[in-house]
Amino acid sequence: MKTLLNSPAYKKLSSLHFVVAVLFISTLYMTACNLAFTEGQLLYVSDYTISLFGKYLCYALLALAVDLVWGYCGILSLGHGAFFALGGYAMGMYLMRQIGDRGVYGNPELPDFMVFLNWTELPWYWAGSDNVLFMILMVFIGPGLLAFIFGTLAFRSRVSGVYLSIMTQAVTYALMLAFFRNEMGFGGNNGLTDFKDIFGFSLQSPDTKLALFIATSAALAIGYAISHFIVNSKMGRVVTAIRDAESRVRFVGFKPEHYKVCIFVFSSMLAGLAGALYVPQVGIINPGEFSPLNSIEMVIWVAIGGRGTLYGALIGAVVVSYAKTRFTAIMPEAWLFALGGLFVLVTLLLPKGLAGLFANLLNKIDPPAKKHSAQTAAAESK
Amino acid sequence: MLRLFSILTLYLLSLSSFAAANDINTDADSAFSTLVQQLPVTKLNKMAPLIEKIAATSAPKTRDLLQSMLNGELYYLKASKQVVIAKPNNSKGYDLTDILQDTELGAVKKSQISKLKSNNRLRGQIRDLLAQIDFTHSDQKIRLEAVKQLLNNPNKEGIASLQKLVEAEQDVAVREMMNVVLSVNQLETGAPAEKLAAALQLKGRLEPAVKNAMEKQLQALQQTDTNPELKTALNDGIGKIEQSRTVYQFIENLFFGLSLGSVLLLAAIGLAITFGVMGVINMAHGEMMMLGAYTTYVIQQSFPSLIEYSLLMAIPAAFIVSGLVGVLIERGVIRFLKGRPLETLLATFGISLILQQLVRTIFSPLNRQVTAPQWMTGSLEINPIFSLTYNRLYIILFSLTVFFALLLILKKSALGLHVRAVSQNRDMARSLSIKSSWVDAITFGLGSGIAGIAGVVLSQLTNVGPNLGQAYIIDSFLVVVFGGVGNLWGTLVAALSLGAFNKLLEPSMGPVLANIIVLVGLVLFIQKRPKGLFPQKGRAAE
Repeated sequence: MKTLLNSPAYKKLSSLHFVVAVLFISTLYMTACNLAFTEGQLLYVSDYTISLFGKYLCYALLALAVDLVWGYCGILSLGHGAFFALGGYAMGMYLMRQIGDRGVYGNPELPDFMVFLNWTELPWYWAGSDNVLFMILMVFIGPGLLAFIFGTLAFRSRVSGVYLSIMTQAVTYALMLAFFRNEMGFGGNNGLTDFKDIFGFSLQSPDTKLALFIATSAALAIGYAISHFIVNSKMGRVVTAIRDAESRVRFVGFKPEHYKVCIFVFSSMLAGLAGALYVPQVGIINPGEFSPLNSIEMVIWVAIGGRGTLYGALIGAVVVSYAKTRFTAIMPEAWLFALGGLFVLVTLLLPKGLAGLFANLLNKIDPPAKKHSAQTAAAESK
Repeated sequence: MLRLFSILTLYLLSLSSFAAANDINTDADSAFSTLVQQLPVTKLNKMAPLIEKIAATSAPKTRDLLQSMLNGELYYLKASKQVVIAKPNNSKGYDLTDILQDTELGAVKKSQISKLKSNNRLRGQIRDLLAQIDFTHSDQKIRLEAVKQLLNNPNKEGIASLQKLVEAEQDVAVREMMNVVLSVNQLETGAPAEKLAAALQLKGRLEPAVKNAMEKQLQALQQTDTNPELKTALNDGIGKIEQSRTVYQFIENLFFGLSLGSVLLLAAIGLAITFGVMGVINMAHGEMMMLGAYTTYVIQQSFPSLIEYSLLMAIPAAFIVSGLVGVLIERGVIRFLKGRPLETLLATFGISLILQQLVRTIFSPLNRQVTAPQWMTGSLEINPIFSLTYNRLYIILFSLTVFFALLLILKKSALGLHVRAVSQNRDMARSLSIKSSWVDAITFGLGSGIAGIAGVVLSQLTNVGPNLGQAYIIDSFLVVVFGGVGNLWGTLVAALSLGAFNKLLEPSMGPVLANIIVLVGLVLFIQKRPKGLFPQKGRAAE
């Protein structure tokens, strides 16, 4: 083991290679097992598992977004659920228009809930919602614009720390209240649902689900690669410096608010993408996604996985979501106890999360500081 | 002739009700008791004249008898045909009271008694008789209430008797109200000249019935288009009512706003201590309120006979329960996370999840009903279209009391001095032999305890459920930040103004949109002034 860790080939590898490799292999494996075997066979991966892991990968992408701002820039956003939901709504709008005249009321132009509200035409902000490219653009522009406006205002007036967290929470709370209103034109309480197909493929068919799973995995790999590139670039160094000592960075001559806005907007777009991939896989988007509790749950994924490592966020998201699925199935009562306990225990005992634990183990095997431990050491100081 | 008779009876009624109070065995009483004894043996269709006769005896018990008959509480014992008032008791039987002697007869089973039947027509008759008795009741409040009743449900007999009584009425308020009723009647039935006089007379009255009558007359005039004088008088009158209605509507909204604001204040001042003074982000603050509300529920359940005092008992109990939980949280978790606010936020959020689930497991996820004691219900009527409910009034007063008490503790007591010292400079305070860890625990307990008190108040306003606290946590944090962290006066101003804004916006745009606008406005305001309305200055600012 030690010789392996010390080999020059290993030292050249970064977490990026590992993550992409793991993603690639597991996606390939699950796809192959899903297609090649049938139900009852040992290696069979069911369609349900595929869509479940598709969902987890969306969460992982979302956690990646949270880790970028929290782990590397020290912005604890309790409102990333808002970006996620906005991306999801953009995708939902497109899917809604794809229903066409197959809805309950059979109106080719208007979604069902608008017919129900006696609306006669699409509101202006639904314009272009039947255009694939435009809506894919909106998946990024919607959350990005909100992040840009909020970020510019907040970072320029140097709102930071806890205040910023509370404000982000207030924003997502306000958005939740707004989207609950029927007059908003986003389906109110029920949200957008009953989707039929995406890009012409039926959402019900297992093949489409498999394709969505693969697409999510690819998106996660690309998102991870870009994030990895950003945090290791010169800009990433400045961002990390802002996290550790914002005033010093300012005194040296950088403009921290510009860097913060950039990273915040990029992160919000990642979250939006995650939402857009999530909606076709679960088949619904409703205002509940804006609820402050959701946003906080994302933060706990990152905290448990280990912030400031990127890969830790992915581990945290998948592990916690998997635990949630299992727990709520076996004893639903206990899930909130477990989640609450995790919050307390992780912050008290595992400040560096699972990734930190992992890095510690590696260090024990091979004492000289490795890449990971250098990174986590930087994360620890904040 | 009939009219003369009714005048006579009413005068007699009013006289005898005074006289009979002293002398029990008058003729009226004996006539009354013979008539009452006939009740069980009279058939339903012969009941009306009998009741008329009973009312005519004008015995002091008449009112009780008619009232309990109206309420369906009048029974007779099957064995002895004795007429009794029966009220169901807790053990599925009935407690009896003799109507003639006014003595308690103890409990019986349902099978031993039989109800005196009545029908709608009979009940209508009883209601009219009761109203007439009430017009001459010795208590002026009851008289006033009866006259108001007549204004809303006018009937010929009532108005006829009022016409006789109005001159003799001593009390100014009752007399004025009687005149209003008569004027409305005149407006509706009188000759054109009388109508005009009545319309002028009614100017400035705010009762809804007056407005309805005026509008009805105006509509009738619209069709015929005669009598322009009356028309302008009516228009004037309606305009005046509308005008004062808008004014009072505004005041009422403001009052609602202040009461919402004082709830926010109660929710936020606990936070103003833990967050503002100590700098600890306690996301479980809402759950401290929830614990307070559940404490109220538990106290009401354990002392069902003391509902009237339950709130007074719940206030200290909730303070202690939430305060102790607060101290536990501080000792168990928060003190290990000193200087790491974001971690504190996450850990306390975890605690809030655990507390919610705990309550859900113990008390079920369903909402629990907390009863309002008698003195909290009802309202203070200022005029016919404007009244202040007592519970909101008490809540405003109570939250201000708590606020000033807390202010006193922080500014004048030794504990307050220590708290401020530790929050400004921990090391220096320690070197002056202040036990900073002890002060931390006590302060946190104090803030949490006040949240518990807020929960007692909230139990009177909303449903008591596991999510009670969540609804308030974001608002309370915003109040503290908006007012300026560490500044109690700022919290007061922020809470009251936010409440007022919310409620003043509400009529024009609905509650949800008002809430959203206030939230967005707050977020924008904090971008502009990150330190809130009243930023701390000087040394405390660091």
